[in-house]
Amino acid sequence: MDTEPTFFETNGPGTGGVVGLPLDRVDGFAKVTGQAKYSAEYRLPGLTYGVLKTSAIAKGKILSIDTAAAAKEPGVLAVLTHLNMPKLAKTPNDAEGKKAIGAPMGFLPLTSDQIHYAGQPVALIVADTFERATHAASLVRVQYAEEKPIGSFLDPKAQVFDPEKVQDGKTPGHTRRGNPQDALAASAVQLTATYVHAINHHNPMEPGATTAVWEAPDRVTVYESTQGVTRTQKSVATMLGLPQEQVRVITKYLGGGFGCKGASWPHTILTVQAAKAVGRPVKLSLTRPQMFTSMGHREDQTQTLKLGATKEGKLTALIHEKTSTTSPWDNYAEPNSKIINLLYECPNFESSYQLGRANVMTSTFMRAPGEAPGSFAIECSMDDLAYQLGIDPLQIRLLNYAEKDPSNGKPWSSKSLKQCYARGAELFGWSKRNPKAGVTREGRYLVGMGMATASYPVHNSQGTARVRLYADGHAVVQTGATDLGTGTYTVMTQVAADALGIAPDKVRFELGDTKLPTAPNSGGSVAAGTVSSSIYMAAQDVWQKLTKLAIQDKKSPLFKAKATDVVVEKGRLVLKANKAKGEDFAALMKRAEITDMEGSGAGKYGSGYEAAQAAANADPTKKDEAGEHSMHSFGAHFCEVKVDAELGTVRVTRWVSIHGAGRILNAKTARSQIIGGSIFGIGSALMEETFRDPNLARYTNASLGEYHIPVNADIPEMTVEFIDEHDPYINAMGVKGIGEISMVGVAAAVANAVFHATGKRIRSLPITPDKVMNSLAV
Amino acid sequence: MSQEPSADSAATTPGAAPTDGSRRSFMKQAGGILGLALAPPLIGQAERFTAFSKTVEGVTEMTLKVNGTARALRAEPRVTLLDALRENLDLTGTKKGCDHGQCGACTVLVDGRRVNSCLTLAVMNQGKEITTIEGLAKGEELHPMQAAFVKHDGFQCGYCTPGQIMSGVACVREGHATTDDQTREWMSGNLCRCGAYPNIVAAVREVAGKS
Repeated sequence: MDTEPTFFETNGPGTGGVVGLPLDRVDGFAKVTGQAKYSAEYRLPGLTYGVLKTSAIAKGKILSIDTAAAAKEPGVLAVLTHLNMPKLAKTPNDAEGKKAIGAPMGFLPLTSDQIHYAGQPVALIVADTFERATHAASLVRVQYAEEKPIGSFLDPKAQVFDPEKVQDGKTPGHTRRGNPQDALAASAVQLTATYVHAINHHNPMEPGATTAVWEAPDRVTVYESTQGVTRTQKSVATMLGLPQEQVRVITKYLGGGFGCKGASWPHTILTVQAAKAVGRPVKLSLTRPQMFTSMGHREDQTQTLKLGATKEGKLTALIHEKTSTTSPWDNYAEPNSKIINLLYECPNFESSYQLGRANVMTSTFMRAPGEAPGSFAIECSMDDLAYQLGIDPLQIRLLNYAEKDPSNGKPWSSKSLKQCYARGAELFGWSKRNPKAGVTREGRYLVGMGMATASYPVHNSQGTARVRLYADGHAVVQTGATDLGTGTYTVMTQVAADALGIAPDKVRFELGDTKLPTAPNSGGSVAAGTVSSSIYMAAQDVWQKLTKLAIQDKKSPLFKAKATDVVVEKGRLVLKANKAKGEDFAALMKRAEITDMEGSGAGKYGSGYEAAQAAANADPTKKDEAGEHSMHSFGAHFCEVKVDAELGTVRVTRWVSIHGAGRILNAKTARSQIIGGSIFGIGSALMEETFRDPNLARYTNASLGEYHIPVNADIPEMTVEFIDEHDPYINAMGVKGIGEISMVGVAAAVANAVFHATGKRIRSLPITPDKVMNSLAV
Repeated sequence: MSQEPSADSAATTPGAAPTDGSRRSFMKQAGGILGLALAPPLIGQAERFTAFSKTVEGVTEMTLKVNGTARALRAEPRVTLLDALRENLDLTGTKKGCDHGQCGACTVLVDGRRVNSCLTLAVMNQGKEITTIEGLAKGEELHPMQAAFVKHDGFQCGYCTPGQIMSGVACVREGHATTDDQTREWMSGNLCRCGAYPNIVAAVREVAGKS
């Protein structure tokens, strides 16, 4: 029986299938009526409320904690501190524990009297109402022995070092290809620029929340706002010393994540412990200020990029250095160099990371970790090169177009970047742009047009799904994935409908529970590809079982046919050679007196995958060709800004994003994701910045009133399109994922537009009015 | 600011943490939380809402008229309208995003006006018509604004969505959705981190055009 190839040909737009169509969200009704239940919204008998008391200092030691007044308050059930918190089987406080837990941070609060960062939890108060717990928390009196903290890597006392690896060991601290130093020295054009990126916080609208219910002394259910129920299950079980299946994690609806809900942070396990301590369910929602010190952030960082080129504009060398702040325990830096290593053809490349320890919590992955700030550096420098040589910024990118992956020499599995450039330029009206910077005016505004390239890898991932097809024509499809709002519920319903040949309203798709088959974290843009492929493979398992049934059934038109001669088209099992001969699955199942057929499947994603079609397409003399591809999405953003020269304000007035990202599962939700990622990037470009006081190592704007994210009035109409791309190598469904590429290059496109408007280059994000005014004054 | 001690200092007074019925008074509570709202010009209003409860100390009976139904609950006077809806009445459609009136996720209509329900106390809203997201649809039939949000994909994660929709309904009714720019301005009190703004504008535009 054929598997993957037939799917491409028999479904999708115009073929009677629903994959790719702009269907309304299947969870839309629940969300617009307020029925969708998020993790802090489960009404449980005996529910109590947990509130964290956090540290007033950033470094030092707790001398004493007076909990008496809090404990006496009516309704207070427990005041837990490092002195009375039950001990865990394992903590992330040592390297072995951290690895076993999969913890994002090598430190768990309430395990000692040490204070390492401002906002570190020092007590957890549980009471019968939220108000009583909050009030009692204010009564806990902590005495500290305060030491002077280190605020960032810029602090002269910060220990700055060359790590062997960064990003929890995933990225080498130093990479070299060719001979970049010599090549740079010999280059006709040499540019050196330093880029600064502010601290950013994810700030999903739903704060991190945990509701923990112990059903037995060794069994707990956790309603958790997480991007991965299985990862949370493993973390919590490991810390508790329980078998993994004794911990159930449920996330039916998730109010955004953007990376900060990807790993299991301290408040989760602390809430689970508190529920055990009080013998009742405990719910803990982080406050918005606590969101700035509880679930990671994008680190403050400086990048220096040296670029060498010929006088014709061909890159000869790229040397990238990044220095950033990390916590006292971990070597975390987002891997900016990866995208710089592969975006353009360049024979010589070098990157290095430096870290400075400070009194902050560990930073973490935030939408397009590495690619977002890395693309800001390379895409601004490419713009510099274009202006210096008098070449159009789009042309300079085409001139350095990478026909294969420069970082490893492998061919791309697919790449539609040239089409993205061309379509974007056409829709945007790039040709109308004045090649000179700083000369286009519209009334009081300086007008600028900028563009930048986007790219994001197809990461390795795998997952499983279960499909149960009923003889009455409906199906239940299950996988333990999560839907951050990206549309997982909807697109997976579409995939299952087509794979089973039934209408989408006949599919019930369930996710977000560790009782379901294991799926990967929704992160790194892997969910759409992995989960859809799992469902597709599970459907194939159903068809294989039904085919076997049919060819053994004397009453079936397919009796005694060879299994390999049978194909499935829109729910009918038919002979490949004579498609009129066959029957509907329902008829077959009813005759066999079975109510349903269940199948399971594993979907792989990324470079480990070798599809049947890939093997068929591969050159037989090169056996490994299918697995020997570099797998990435590509795209281009085009931006127009208007800069008020008197006030220094920058407004994005037009936006065009074009992406080639494999198969698009739903045109409507995909467009929303690209719009959303672009807006996320516009935020980082123009307004997002968390200020950490250099003396107190404390955030001074930890609220949504002072940490500015884009509002409706900041955003214009946006144009989004996708280039039709059939990639046979990446996974069974040919899906690359679009959650993160939507943000890559956005800040550079804005910064390049600002340069075109003003003729002044601002290399420090965010580009706030003060920086614009200063640049114009020079 | 009011001269009343804050909730914190009131409760830290030694021996000032007695049993349920005799905790700090509503005025003390409100003094700390509301401050200006209870300054002399508005004291009449304070008297007005105390009239609905016989006692204003500790846990008290109150009645909220939510989505056309009178709902009785027992809660302390310091409970916000938002927490009363979510925790006492199990109307969790109204969301808590910041608890400081900065994000708009908790937007409800009170006597037809949009209000951040995290910035008002439940006890103050007795006798008023409160409309939450749960009160918009008629059974399976969505309110036009809800239907427009689904059609135009005016959300991703859905967490800001109830607040956006309540704001959208009010925005149209206020006459603040006559142009896209005006809509953007008057919808800017509702943050959406997923970045659905162009789709939200499209939804509001459609409803405004029909009404």
